Amino acid sequence: MPRRDDIEKILIIGAGPIIIGQACEFDYSGTQACKVLRQEGFEVILVNSNPATIMTDTVMADRTYVEPITPEVVERIIEREKPDALLPTLGGQTALNTAVALADRGVLEKHGVEAIGAKIEAIRKAENRRLFKDAMLNIGLEVPRSAEAADMHEARDILRESGLPVVIRPAFTLGGTGGGIAYNIEEFERIALRGLELSMIHQILIEESVIGWKEFELEVMRDLKDNVVVICSIENFDAMGVHTGDSITVAPAQTLSDKEYQRMRDAAIACIREIGVETGGSNIQFAVNPNDGQMVIIEMNPRVSRSSALASKATGFPIAKIAAKLAVGYTLDEIPNDITKETPACFEPTIDYCVVKIPRFAFGKFPEADATLTTSMKSVGEAMAIGRTFKEALQKGLRSLEVGRAGLDDLKKDVPLEILSERLRTPNTERVFYIKHAFQKGMGIGEICELTGIDLWFLHNIKQIVALEREIAKYREPGSETIPTELLMRAKEFGFSDIQLAKLLGKDQVSISKLRHERAVIPTYKLVDTCAAEFEAFTPYFYSTYETGIEILERGT
Amino acid sequence: MGRQEAKIALEDGTVLRGLSFGATGETCGEAVFNTSMTGYQEILTDPSYKGQIVAMTYPLIGNYGVNSEDVESSRPFVEGFAVKECSQIASNWRAEKTLGAYLKENGIIGIEGIDTRALTKHLRVAGVMKAVISTEDTDARSLIRKARESPGLVGRDLVKEVACQKQYVWGDEDRYTVVVIDCGVKYNILRSLASRGCRVIVAPAETGPEEILEMKPDGVLLSNGPGDPAGVPYVVETVRALLDKVPIFGICLGHQMLGLALGGKTYKLKFGHRGANHPVKDIRTGKICITVQNHGFCVNADTLDSREVEVTHINLNDQTLEGIRHRRLPIFSVQFHPEASPGPHDAVYLFDEFIAMLEERRAKKG
Repeated sequence: MPRRDDIEKILIIGAGPIIIGQACEFDYSGTQACKVLRQEGFEVILVNSNPATIMTDTVMADRTYVEPITPEVVERIIEREKPDALLPTLGGQTALNTAVALADRGVLEKHGVEAIGAKIEAIRKAENRRLFKDAMLNIGLEVPRSAEAADMHEARDILRESGLPVVIRPAFTLGGTGGGIAYNIEEFERIALRGLELSMIHQILIEESVIGWKEFELEVMRDLKDNVVVICSIENFDAMGVHTGDSITVAPAQTLSDKEYQRMRDAAIACIREIGVETGGSNIQFAVNPNDGQMVIIEMNPRVSRSSALASKATGFPIAKIAAKLAVGYTLDEIPNDITKETPACFEPTIDYCVVKIPRFAFGKFPEADATLTTSMKSVGEAMAIGRTFKEALQKGLRSLEVGRAGLDDLKKDVPLEILSERLRTPNTERVFYIKHAFQKGMGIGEICELTGIDLWFLHNIKQIVALEREIAKYREPGSETIPTELLMRAKEFGFSDIQLAKLLGKDQVSISKLRHERAVIPTYKLVDTCAAEFEAFTPYFYSTYETGIEILERGT
Repeated sequence: MGRQEAKIALEDGTVLRGLSFGATGETCGEAVFNTSMTGYQEILTDPSYKGQIVAMTYPLIGNYGVNSEDVESSRPFVEGFAVKECSQIASNWRAEKTLGAYLKENGIIGIEGIDTRALTKHLRVAGVMKAVISTEDTDARSLIRKARESPGLVGRDLVKEVACQKQYVWGDEDRYTVVVIDCGVKYNILRSLASRGCRVIVAPAETGPEEILEMKPDGVLLSNGPGDPAGVPYVVETVRALLDKVPIFGICLGHQMLGLALGGKTYKLKFGHRGANHPVKDIRTGKICITVQNHGFCVNADTLDSREVEVTHINLNDQTLEGIRHRRLPIFSVQFHPEASPGPHDAVYLFDEFIAMLEERRAKKG
């Protein structure tokens, strides 16, 4: 189906102020949407209360309203502008909630405004915990056993049935705000009450705990012809219980066999169809029991999400841009893949590198805040790194956080075993460093897995980093020969920076850099091309790594 | 680090140095790349890879180990396996051993630590070519010579090396009888038929048409298999003799053999289609399936008689032929793998179409 000609003027709702759980990724997606729709000849009206965004630059939309994103204000904008359509799926949860509120007030109907991207009914079905659960059971998918409560009395009844621990999730909130895990009755009372207050519809879901299960996300796109593709799979480094926004995450999924991955893909496709998100991207989250492979579906975001921005950068597939085109009638096979030019956007990106996203926290600025990581998001930013190995991407990501780490550094001082066990058990911002410390102290991988719930494969990679450090440190001894070139290259493949190597070898950074150049251990740059080099790529989006093949010197690759 | 060195040499003189994993020794084959991010166990055991050294473009392979369920045949058939990094541990509740241990047990030579992206780009630009992996010979010139002297794939009959020698029955269903002409069939084709009520008789590739018809099949499935369809003229002959006798469904090599039997011609693709993300359009419905593919040869659509044969599927990446259907007879075939394993399940509906065809035929016969 080609571009729709029955609509001319489209209202886009932005994400508003930058807060925890809703940061600049929605400026990125909204900006892409504005650009695409204007290129397609639509008149774009934008409302966003945050003037410190790219999307509110005057060239982005035909008219921009820097006004509060409330149903009242957006209603007045609709009265004045009389748009044909409203695109609410690119401005995060704020835009989605506003669209639902406008529908509830009868504003959309009164002014004949059509919601495009996701219909209001689909948004309700995805966001209302009970409707979502029923829909999933209806298509034969498992969900964590759960029940919803509208007051504390109901909440306590449910708890008597389920027992502790439980996960409490308020309906219609952002970044899991107000939710949490209750391990004891005091926590239950506190979190349930807070959740009820924060939920837009005074509803909380009390859910069987799947804490310790592995957590995955799939980014899915659908067009009006019902073609569905999976853009990216993401695996959380931390087990269930840590909000995805606060977890180290990895793309693609690392520890699923093809059988398990395809089952998840089938479930995601069935989910987007059942919920009825007509066009665009959705993010669907799953938990998998590491002991028997049981899979449950956790939730769905019927919109471009924080993870969509990550998936776009991770694969080179511009999710928001394509979502905007799908919303105005194009189908996936009609849209070219910008990177390869020759092939269509109707495909599933395959990547030949590993992507690691690491959250950044600012507890230093909020000393009274609880630095334990739970189901409410607390991070204020993130770094994403690409490497040919997980080890390389992890270390690159850690130093990209700009928090004074050169990679997977040592803890400043030794931590006694009892404290260490606690730091491994309770998710916290420094946990990856405690894992390293545990390996350095000789703790077994099985025990670390037991304490953290983190998959053995991730832990083994950290163990390999620790082992390589030991190997490198042998060349620090007085009178020992200089580090062999092969080991130096291997260190680089494991993501070690010159600063880390200097420290391990008792030298300074400049002399390591000099040594590397003498030995020709220098980075090469590889392309992010959506297709693992199967087709020629034209977009110059590179990452550095240490390999033999050099791409930056080749023209037009 | 004490690991044994290994080298991979291509016939055009390219040599990459890495480390040995799996078995040691020397092996030759056609170097190809596969872009699937999961499913290495299914790929290793797919008999269609006979004669080929497979390089995985995804760099981290072996993470979830190997189990005894996710196999597509009795053993791995690849000639060699090349990856960036092979996991030393297996992390999955079903895992029974590491990938390295599995390859070693099965005598498959692996090489890791090579720049698989550089290799892939080279094969994309220069085309697939003959190669050697060795953990014994480190002399580049000698390896290149060995690669050049290796037999390659074109015109060769690799089917006889992977197909069953004796007929056997798969599953205990009996609603329909389907004879599978085994050119190196993947188990999931057999599983897909059996789960739809078929009694599956797997027959050796040389089985003649009379013998097949004596089994009174409701339908015949032409299986996938390795190498060049021109290498198995005897199977093409059998297919030609069966054309107006029985419903036929061809998959991959089976599709190419059907194409030849219907008077078409095949050609070799520059670097083939091997991966789990190929978009294929069903022209009849406009619907797009994401398919898994593994083929180096292709049927030329222009060589088919369009009055007899209808093109049903095309590949959206390069517009090559992906599926055909006979206009009068109950015969169809696809170039991709509807049985998945590994790969997406989008095209399983084709097995249902085959069953519907058998049902219709039966109704006609009364």
